[in-house]
Amino acid sequence: MEKTPIIEFDHFSFQYYSQTEATLHDINLKIYPGEKILIVGPSGSGKSTLGHCLNGLIPFYYKGNMEGSLKIKGRETRDLDIFQLSKMLGTVLQDSDGQFVGLTVAEDISFAMENDCVTTAEMHERAARVAGMVGMETLQAASPYELSGGQKQRTSLAGVLIDDVDILLFDEPLANLDPATGKTAIEIIDDIHQQMKKTILIIEHRLEDVLHRGVDRVIVINDGRIIADMNPHALVSSDVLVKNGIREPLYVTAMKYADIKVTPEMKPGHIWSLQTGGVNEALRQWNHSLTPISHLNNNPSILTIENLSFSYDGVKPTLSTIDFDLHEGEMVAIVGKNGAGKSTLSKLMCGFENPDKGRILFKGQDIASKSIKERAEFIGLVMQNPNQMISKNLIVDEVALGLRLRHVPEDQIKSKVEKVLKVCGLAPFIDWPISALSYGQKKRVTIASILVLDPQLLILDEPTAGQDYRHYSEIMEFLKEINKLGITVILITHDMHLMLEYTPRAIVLAGGQKIADTAASVVLTDRKVIEDANLKETSLFQLASMAGIPDGTQFVQNFIDYEKGAAQ
Amino acid sequence: MKARLFSYNYEDTLVHRLSGLTKLICFLLLTFAIMFSYDIRVILATLVFSVILLRLSRIRWSQIKLMVLYVLIFLVVNTLITFLFSPEQGVEIYGTRNVIAKLFGRYTLTQEQLFYQGTKFFKYASVIPLGIIFLLTTNPSELASSLNGVGVHYKAAFAFSLTLRYFPDVQRVYHDISQAQQARGLEMTRKTSVGQRFKNSLMVVIPLIFSTLDRIEVITNAMDLRGFGKEKRRTWYNKSKLKAADIAAIVVCTIFLVITILISVFINHGRFYNPFL
Repeated sequence: MEKTPIIEFDHFSFQYYSQTEATLHDINLKIYPGEKILIVGPSGSGKSTLGHCLNGLIPFYYKGNMEGSLKIKGRETRDLDIFQLSKMLGTVLQDSDGQFVGLTVAEDISFAMENDCVTTAEMHERAARVAGMVGMETLQAASPYELSGGQKQRTSLAGVLIDDVDILLFDEPLANLDPATGKTAIEIIDDIHQQMKKTILIIEHRLEDVLHRGVDRVIVINDGRIIADMNPHALVSSDVLVKNGIREPLYVTAMKYADIKVTPEMKPGHIWSLQTGGVNEALRQWNHSLTPISHLNNNPSILTIENLSFSYDGVKPTLSTIDFDLHEGEMVAIVGKNGAGKSTLSKLMCGFENPDKGRILFKGQDIASKSIKERAEFIGLVMQNPNQMISKNLIVDEVALGLRLRHVPEDQIKSKVEKVLKVCGLAPFIDWPISALSYGQKKRVTIASILVLDPQLLILDEPTAGQDYRHYSEIMEFLKEINKLGITVILITHDMHLMLEYTPRAIVLAGGQKIADTAASVVLTDRKVIEDANLKETSLFQLASMAGIPDGTQFVQNFIDYEKGAAQ
Repeated sequence: MKARLFSYNYEDTLVHRLSGLTKLICFLLLTFAIMFSYDIRVILATLVFSVILLRLSRIRWSQIKLMVLYVLIFLVVNTLITFLFSPEQGVEIYGTRNVIAKLFGRYTLTQEQLFYQGTKFFKYASVIPLGIIFLLTTNPSELASSLNGVGVHYKAAFAFSLTLRYFPDVQRVYHDISQAQQARGLEMTRKTSVGQRFKNSLMVVIPLIFSTLDRIEVITNAMDLRGFGKEKRRTWYNKSKLKAADIAAIVVCTIFLVITILISVFINHGRFYNPFL
């Protein structure tokens, strides 16, 4: 290839002033115009730092020491400021809600032009044109907060495209998106790549979801170094992913379980490119060798929801006539797209809101008359963002808070806190300040501070949102342990892996109604439910159909059972 | 949902259609007129005028209930304290002393004091509806462009409008955190002492501050990456040209201010209207 690279890292290293060690070591990487590159790596691998070095947030906002060379379009980035860089490389940040600065779509798209002192008239004309490019022309006057997830993505993208940049950088575009919206986001990025011939960099750890569409190369980063730089087919056939804490595509895992050697010749980089011709028989045999396991839970019921209806404004129902029954010791997922009523349901259980109609029974007793505080004795709620719960400096004080507020004697508090911290694997940190903990550990602290009140039912809102594979597994294995102690666990989530791997049962809400209450394997293979709940068909189902296995749902269930067996 | 403080809703009314700059200028003109004058006639006229405007802009009582309540409490407390500290202020200003009743100690209720404090009460009370109208009918981005239009630095103007815009969000988060903390046993009702309640509210405010700081980092990065702060000035997508109605509104308010000043100079011979002469 005789082309000149558009981005060139040459023995590039970077160290934050606040850190004792370098975050990026000796990076050598060339990216050519028009390429589409995926950069994967676990949390803390340095992939976001790499992105910050490219878009200029380093050293503009985050300070540190740079060595070696990083050139964009032949110019050394250290000689450019963040504003000059933003004219060559546009960044779409992960949290599209948090990055909207305009009150309407058109105004948000125009933000960069406002800062360039473009006249109001020209701005209106250009914003309309770019809105058309991303298919948002009819929604220019809408508020970004009223948009669907996909439309939000289009709006943020338009805000960057307005500058006619050559390179687009997507920093974790899938974090916080439900599976269906994530799929759309990847399609939008791909369309832009095809139509506009931009150079595209995607930083993400959800490999299989990005590989929904083609990419030229995947760069794997870990511990601040480039571990691999290969095409998707070679990558998923290698052991690089597993070794570096990145989840491999589920269909690849399934083939490995079936003792199939995955090779680049099978084109396994994407489910749609995969050639299963030679291995169909092996897959069928593996599937046949597994016997279905019954997942019935015959324990007495712990929580019964009867005919529950609720509306915030008295006009539009947020929940209507919800019914279900949870058994002691169950681990259940409540899924559905944003606004389906998931969070409202948990608020009703905790007594933050009162139902308009229907009843909530705890072990057969109606809890309508119980206050928030009284319900907290048996139902615990863990919020999604641990920073929204932590109010003390020391772990021990944070965990003890609920007990102190209940005037439990200090000596009892001490033993209870110690016990809970042990269960949560936080015992060595008991006297640590919370600020010294990682995100995952903070999450544990918030769970510990609820567990200390001895709830019999634990509700967690999006416990794994934004977590990489390792942290995800850590949190979920921990919850599994808690569950084994006899605590019933409800997970509000749209993480499909979580449903497949940890919650045998999923309750699906859409538009305030319960549309499914069945095994996760059934939910994730039912087209209608998938569509209504913004989920995505699991690639295992597609694999089954490619291999000529008639009962795809049972295949998915077999995979789950096999995986559980393998884990034990 | 709960009524939210300061949430802008678009409605197609005369007041909403005015440009943000016009509303800001009118607000400043009228406020200045009221602050300048201690003439109860002018003040009551403004009060009536602003209540009419409030109706015109279709602002619902539920939107402003909480705000009005806080302001009333503040005004009543202010009135009481003024009386306690300077019970003879009215006598000093108007130069006569008509006693209504002898209270306790050195405190005597006079017609002058009553009149003075009444004037002051309505003076503040008549500014409030104006402020409410301004905040609730002005699109926050237009607010920024209009502040910038009257000479405020665009960074300050933008920061102000961002704050207003995120207010409903912060309120929602506060509400969520407060509920979660109550579930842990936090008492936020009147069942505990004031001191304890203050301490308890810290347990909601601290997480609120930290989670808000996270958000600020996100928005700052997003703004930097799109060139905010690059130039000494910036233009605005939402900048409407002044129309006939805008000019008319500014003229009316200017006339109002001029009349107020004229009344003070030629009729009252000072800032105070004195009915006791």
